[in-house]
Amino acid sequence: MREHLTAVGTEKAPCQTSIAEAIMSSREVVPSHPVSPRELTQNPLKKIWMPLPCKNGLPQKHISQRKVCMTNCPTLIVTVGLPARGKTYISKKLTRYLNWIGVPTREFNVGQYRRECVKIYKSFEFFRPDNEEGLKIRQQCASAALNDVRQYLADEGGQVAVFDATNTTRDRRLTITAFAEQNGFKVFFVESVCEDPEVIAENIVQVKLGSPDYMNCNTEEAMVDFKKRIECYENSYETLDEVQDRHLSYIKIIDVGRRYLVNQVQDHIQSRIVYYLMNIHITPRSIYLCRHGESDLNVKGCIGGDSGLSPRGREFSKHLGKFIESQEISDLKVWTSQMKRTIQTAEAVSVPYEQWKALNEIDAGVCEEMMYEEIQQHYPLEFALRDQDKYRYRYPKGESYEDLVQRLEPVIMELERQENVLVICHQAVMRCLLAYFRDKSAEELPYLECPLHTVLKLTPVAYGCKVESIVLNVDAVNTHRGRPENINIHRSTEDALQTVPAHL
Amino acid sequence: MHVFSAIMHWERERERPVGKSLTSWASVPQLTNSPTVIVMVGLPARGKTYISKKLTRYLNWIGFPTKVFNLGEYRRDAVQTYKNFEFFRHDNEEAMQIRKACATNALKDISIYFSKDNGQVAVFDATNTTRERRVSIVGFAKENGYKVFFIESICNDPDIIAQNITEVKVSSPDYVNCDMEEALADFLQRIECYNQFYVPLDDEKDRNLSYIKIFDVGSRYLVNQLQDHIQSRIVYYLMNIHVTPRSIYLTRHGESELNLLGRIGGDSGLSHRGHKYAASLGSFLKGQKINDLKVWTSHMKRTIQTAEHLGVPYEQWKALNEIDAGVCEELTYEEIQEQHPEEFALRDQDKYRYRYPMGESYEDLVHRLEPVIMELERQENVLVVCHQAVMRCLLAYLLNKSSDELPYLKCPLHTVLKLTPVAYGCNVEPISLNVEAVNTHRERPVNVDVTRDPAEALKTIPDHF
Repeated sequence: MREHLTAVGTEKAPCQTSIAEAIMSSREVVPSHPVSPRELTQNPLKKIWMPLPCKNGLPQKHISQRKVCMTNCPTLIVTVGLPARGKTYISKKLTRYLNWIGVPTREFNVGQYRRECVKIYKSFEFFRPDNEEGLKIRQQCASAALNDVRQYLADEGGQVAVFDATNTTRDRRLTITAFAEQNGFKVFFVESVCEDPEVIAENIVQVKLGSPDYMNCNTEEAMVDFKKRIECYENSYETLDEVQDRHLSYIKIIDVGRRYLVNQVQDHIQSRIVYYLMNIHITPRSIYLCRHGESDLNVKGCIGGDSGLSPRGREFSKHLGKFIESQEISDLKVWTSQMKRTIQTAEAVSVPYEQWKALNEIDAGVCEEMMYEEIQQHYPLEFALRDQDKYRYRYPKGESYEDLVQRLEPVIMELERQENVLVICHQAVMRCLLAYFRDKSAEELPYLECPLHTVLKLTPVAYGCKVESIVLNVDAVNTHRGRPENINIHRSTEDALQTVPAHL
Repeated sequence: MHVFSAIMHWERERERPVGKSLTSWASVPQLTNSPTVIVMVGLPARGKTYISKKLTRYLNWIGFPTKVFNLGEYRRDAVQTYKNFEFFRHDNEEAMQIRKACATNALKDISIYFSKDNGQVAVFDATNTTRERRVSIVGFAKENGYKVFFIESICNDPDIIAQNITEVKVSSPDYVNCDMEEALADFLQRIECYNQFYVPLDDEKDRNLSYIKIFDVGSRYLVNQLQDHIQSRIVYYLMNIHVTPRSIYLTRHGESELNLLGRIGGDSGLSHRGHKYAASLGSFLKGQKINDLKVWTSHMKRTIQTAEHLGVPYEQWKALNEIDAGVCEELTYEEIQEQHPEEFALRDQDKYRYRYPMGESYEDLVHRLEPVIMELERQENVLVVCHQAVMRCLLAYLLNKSSDELPYLKCPLHTVLKLTPVAYGCNVEPISLNVEAVNTHRERPVNVDVTRDPAEALKTIPDHF
């Protein structure tokens, strides 16, 4: 997810190319010769067909594949809004989403820079518009942050940077726009406008009171001070204006999503960002993730397939049904895949369920229904390649985790729209969903622990997600195969099978 | 074992689901319960009918049964001959009665569409420019338990309006006996009749309605109170479409080695003739001098090899891969008949919904291709190098073909289709590049019964080596 993907020769954009881009892009290699088709070779890891020749007689290391992000210019997302309007919440959530779908994104929170600079926060007076020293420091912090933004986008292969600060004056926004232009970055503003005092108070309670700034204050003191802080910004606040700012690209979110104003969406990624922002909400709810009950193939140590539940699997389903009932969840939606084992599991839960093909387990292609021992026997090279890069590795005639993430994106989008949901799925699928909610990297994702007969209850809280693991006391085989030490393609069978979990 | 489970799955598809499973056995849950009435709002010549038709086409393609109810058509039915703009004068009482009656009839038909025809979405295409009219529609919807979503198009650019009038109004049945100038003049007066009493959706007064306001053909949008999944999808779609003139070129890869052998699926390379086609395609494109063309391929060797001949940058989409024929991959039709005769028959019975064992259905393909369509809408000039089933799906979307027609659309090898949006539809120019290839099109045979003879099953198979 944190890799930087470029298309094979998308149009040359009039902006700075990063070093990473220059190496990975085959734009330079794109033939201007009209009719000599290049020979193709299939990348052994990702099973992508790519042209030869390449640099130094070696196959090109990286090839385009259409994923997301048609944009070549990096994008700078700029939040706008008074304190306690959800800017950081949005920044973090958006960053998490973009990274998950494969767009390298990072947030830059100016408040953090300020905390580094001014070790101890005294009071709201720091933010008074007439506090010259305060202003100077804040200006420096903003500049430092922008500098880091530049480095991230231009030198480190970042695609999107989220500049999280109030940015409430037109002047400040002009500075940022100029900075972006100089560096060839596109700019997209995300303004959050909210005047509902209850929402604001709730925000303050959830995330401000626990901030390092208020470590040594009690709740009332902190509340009073923060409200005065907001006032410091109010007088100079210039909201994005329909007329004056009509040439800027932005979305204005009003009252936590009751209304949106969208202006001049420039490209694919901005369109995706707008769509995402219009689908998220902050209504309290929980998401329950679990796998199907233990299946017959699980017991045999075989991967994939479409088998039914084992007796213990059926036992688990009953327990799951009882557990769900006991939770007394309001208006629960239940989703399954279209594979027998998840549907059988759902049948024991006395709630109507809906099937998603997108929730089907990863397609192991030629390795479907094999045990790991058999895979090692028939496809030792594949087995090793998979251990080398489990996220990107695609089974022959099958899928990769990377493919799975793309397949699951509509599920995530709908999960964002929904409230209480129970998702009954599969090991690889659950890892992908979990990685989204827990902000896990592409490296960690394929090794997340998702044992059978365990329900994870995820509840959004503050800027993150509370995870409760509920083990439903029904034994099951372990299906988790850790990464072995030796991932070399010439390794012994013993080395390859070192971490295979026990089975019948 | 796999055949059996596929048949079981198939059997279940044909019954209405009982018990706790909510969905039809489509690949994506319906996620929508109440029917939705989409209500267009705006002065004449603001693109309401364009949006209505396009949106309806998209929603049907992704599996939400949708229909347009165009008030102008009801009016033309009621008042056989259109005289002039005076019909639309606010003080023309007789006309007002007729127009009101037409609206009532349209709403009645919407009810029937929802209750008897399994409709999911109805698009009420009319000006709906007064608050009074909109209130009555909301009332109607509430009585019946329908959701309402307004789409208002606001545009005051005289150039755009004139362009719209020229493209679609002047040729309307209303102006069949007028010349262009007369038509234009009359239409502008017609707009004036509405303008006087136009009350746009209001930020404050309409704060509890669900709507999107589109300003100036998409430079700006205001979205209010999105209620559910389908409204969210509609908004996303509307924000991605544009009216900039452009063309979409669709073609399959050049003839492949497996094509020659009459085998389906697989990942083979181009045959000699396939290479020849690709080279011709390259020359053809150069000749067209297309501005800023994007080229997309699948991840399969044959489309990439084809693109390699074009000498321009291209992007690979896994979503453009050919339909996965599961256990039937790389088999000939004869072999499929031999090894999976029941599957073969089931496929002929309902080719759109039929899913290969361990493979996909056309219906699955459509869902897979949705992001491609969305990006095609955003883009301008694009050449898509893909596969037979995939091309059928894309074509069905662009030309508004039903799910029954879709799997039988003719998409021969070595032919490029140039599609250019025009008025409310799409101009199609087939371009044959005069390089021979096998025919891969298998028509639906007469006998689709599972008990049929092999000969009857294989009747419509095209020739191969």
